[in-house]
Amino acid sequence: MLLLTSIGILLLVAAIAPLLVRVFRSASGWVLALVPLSLFAGGIGTLQMLSGTEAILEQWTWVPSLGIALSFRLDGLSLLFSLLITGIGGMIVIYSGGYLRGTPKLGRFYAYLFLFMAAMLGLVLADNLIGLFVFWELTSISSYLLIGFYNEKDESRRSALQALLVTGAGGLALLAGIILIGTIAGSYEISYLLSNATDVRQSPLYPAALLLMLVGAFTKSAQVPFHFWLPGAMAAPAPVSAYLHSATMVKAGVYLLARLAPVMGCCGEWHYLVMLAGSVTMFVGAVMAVVQTDLKRLLAYSTVSALGTLVLLLGIGTELSVKAAMVFLLVHSLYKGALFMIAGTIEQKTGSRDVRQLGGLLKILPLTGAAALLAALSMTGFPPLLGFISKELMYEAQMQAPAAAPLILVLGVIANALTITVAIIVGIRPFLFARDRRPAELRIPAPAMWIGPLLMGLGGLLFGLFPGLISNILIEPAVQAVRAEQVDVDLKLWHGINPVFLLSMVTVALGLVFFFFRRKGRSLVAQLRLPGGVTPSGMYQSAVDALPGVSAAVTRVVQSGNLRGYLMIVILAFLVLVLRALLAVPEWPAMPSLAGVTFHEYGIVLLILAATVMVLVVRARIAAIAGLGVVGLGIALLFIMYSAPDLAITQILIETLTVVIFVLAVSRLPRLRKRSPVRTRMRDALIAVMAGLAVTLLSLLAVGVQLFPKISRYYADHSLSDAFGRNVVNVILVDFRALDTLGEVTVLAVAAIGVFALLKLRLNGREKV
Amino acid sequence: MPSIILRIAARTLTPTLFVAALILLFRGHNAPGGGFIGGLLAAAAVTLYAMANGPSSARQLIRVTPRTLMAIGLGIAFLSGVPSLFLELPYMSGQWVTLRLPFVDALPIGTALVFDIGIFIAVIGFVLTIFFALTEAEEEEVR
Repeated sequence: MLLLTSIGILLLVAAIAPLLVRVFRSASGWVLALVPLSLFAGGIGTLQMLSGTEAILEQWTWVPSLGIALSFRLDGLSLLFSLLITGIGGMIVIYSGGYLRGTPKLGRFYAYLFLFMAAMLGLVLADNLIGLFVFWELTSISSYLLIGFYNEKDESRRSALQALLVTGAGGLALLAGIILIGTIAGSYEISYLLSNATDVRQSPLYPAALLLMLVGAFTKSAQVPFHFWLPGAMAAPAPVSAYLHSATMVKAGVYLLARLAPVMGCCGEWHYLVMLAGSVTMFVGAVMAVVQTDLKRLLAYSTVSALGTLVLLLGIGTELSVKAAMVFLLVHSLYKGALFMIAGTIEQKTGSRDVRQLGGLLKILPLTGAAALLAALSMTGFPPLLGFISKELMYEAQMQAPAAAPLILVLGVIANALTITVAIIVGIRPFLFARDRRPAELRIPAPAMWIGPLLMGLGGLLFGLFPGLISNILIEPAVQAVRAEQVDVDLKLWHGINPVFLLSMVTVALGLVFFFFRRKGRSLVAQLRLPGGVTPSGMYQSAVDALPGVSAAVTRVVQSGNLRGYLMIVILAFLVLVLRALLAVPEWPAMPSLAGVTFHEYGIVLLILAATVMVLVVRARIAAIAGLGVVGLGIALLFIMYSAPDLAITQILIETLTVVIFVLAVSRLPRLRKRSPVRTRMRDALIAVMAGLAVTLLSLLAVGVQLFPKISRYYADHSLSDAFGRNVVNVILVDFRALDTLGEVTVLAVAAIGVFALLKLRLNGREKV
Repeated sequence: MPSIILRIAARTLTPTLFVAALILLFRGHNAPGGGFIGGLLAAAAVTLYAMANGPSSARQLIRVTPRTLMAIGLGIAFLSGVPSLFLELPYMSGQWVTLRLPFVDALPIGTALVFDIGIFIAVIGFVLTIFFALTEAEEEEVR
């Protein structure tokens, strides 16, 4: 119950958040933060329970016929993520109360935020892949709502839609991948997959499943070439950027890779694809970051780079690299979440996000500044912060890459150096240097706005000084969950002077060099800018722009508005399908003998034929309709002769009503002035004759074919005993196949409403003219 | 104005047809008939009345709008499948009770009958929706 209840509580809070905000007003941030923080405390409490590779499992049936259960699993990996989600979530909730103070939409904001929190927690706790997918999509939707929170701004709406389309498309790929995995393994339960990993890996469907799953993970975690939505998502309020787009949601793809690493991560495909995406993203993100001048875009691209690093480390897939990934995951969430919140504070207090205009802020924002310095130092990997430990591990891991290790190491060093540059630009320079750009006066931020960043910054320092706090109880179970084996994790701050330490020093030096040449870099990249058509975001834009045109063209062809055209398409499609099947018939039954046909039967058939000819020849529509009525009544007579009274009654009534309705409709049509040209009529006649022939052949064949024992016998036998009815036709309609009847009548109702709407709408349109 | 013959005929034919429709509905389980056929006949009765006396008086005759009739009919048909759920049977499994009244044979009554009544009402509603939409459109055009 524990895990389901946690998610349920968050959903409940999401539902009542607007109400709570109305009650607690400006204090609502502090009150609401109690919810994620108590869940965080509960998570801390379970730390001790998860030793080794154990997991807490919960399960409820959901859709048993499809093998989908509402099942949850708490192991080291999901606990690490859960603590990040609830812990940082608590800080964000507090911060939002200060950042969005006085916004009339604050209640709605908290509703979205808690919805997201519930979805994200569900994602990392789900033990069923379909359940995981549902939560995955729910995070996309809540992210859409949060990015577009300033819904009066065009840019917000566009960015929100872009993020939704990119991650949504990835989500579809992921769903396909999940279904493939489920088909291979026969179960969607992650626990089952973990213990039957070889089945999945050896299947011929493995490469396809892997590829689809990776597309899902890469879009969510903003890997190149799907990275462009993340900088776009910076249109969101700062707490959203801090929470969704650096600390949690964008790490969902990383989570998925880590979760499925023991199942799918074995073979060359995995290593090369994941390492390739990760290393390219790590490098491109870092280069793109330093040339930005907007605080949030700097942080966004550096987040892209960090996500690339995480993916790369998981792609390398050794024990050490997984360890490095888990530590870096924690470090990055702490410092990047803090820096995003700080960026929001700076923007709100100074009115600018342009790093070129900011300076000397430490004096005015001392506590925010302290938090910024701590976070930035952790980001640079400066000892004794946790970032230092993480970077050393990262280098060690990159040396173990199964392919192109030297290249990856070089890329890693450059990316880290650029990250240091970003840290200086964002976290250090605006506070310590450029004092001449200090704004004259500034409102002091409320405690809500600095307490979260400061705690997260201090966390980086605390865990760096005392890595023993996290290494055994937090990182070790997480690494074990990803490796699916016993692993000892013992983090140390000081390793002595070794190659990795020297690399760290080189990185710092390079980072400083990059910092001093950042303006040159900006102008260089400005010249190198790719034309819009070949960048991923440009391609996305042209695809989105082309969509209305394409759908208009398709609609023009498919929905021509010409009723005869529709009929012709329907009949031709029927003809092609039926004729193809008829041509394949091996043996035709003999023509039935005409010996038993009586005189009056001939009479009825002649009547029908004569009426048909009349319909074709007459010029007045009314006469043609009357002719059709005669055809229908003739067929009703045939029904009566072959003892189908129900059908006959129905046929007569339908014919009567059809004629009435036809006459009503025809009276509204213009007179038939001239007939279609002969060629058109010949074509129509040909199609009509072919269709008639096909139906005749089909009925001829249907009489002789008997695929199953006759179902009509069953109905006839059981009609009276089971359903107390002697009229088998009616019993079938209202009892045996009542659900079909209900469906058909519903279709009739929908059709009637359609007719009604068409006629009324047209009239209204005319009334306006 | 429609002919006086039609109006006089409609005055007697409409109720007769409607009674015939009800008979068709109720005997449908054992003899030719049923909700669909009965509904069509009842709708034809109203149609006849409308042709004789104009659609607005026909609307007064049935009191509710045909679209409401569709909704009511569909609702009844849908609900008739619900009782079986309480017996943990699949949706729409027929349920029967036998009615034993004095002087007549034992009469089994079931959810299928309820279902058929729903179909009956829905069919009337759907024919009349189209019919009224067409006739009233015509009237507005004449105006």
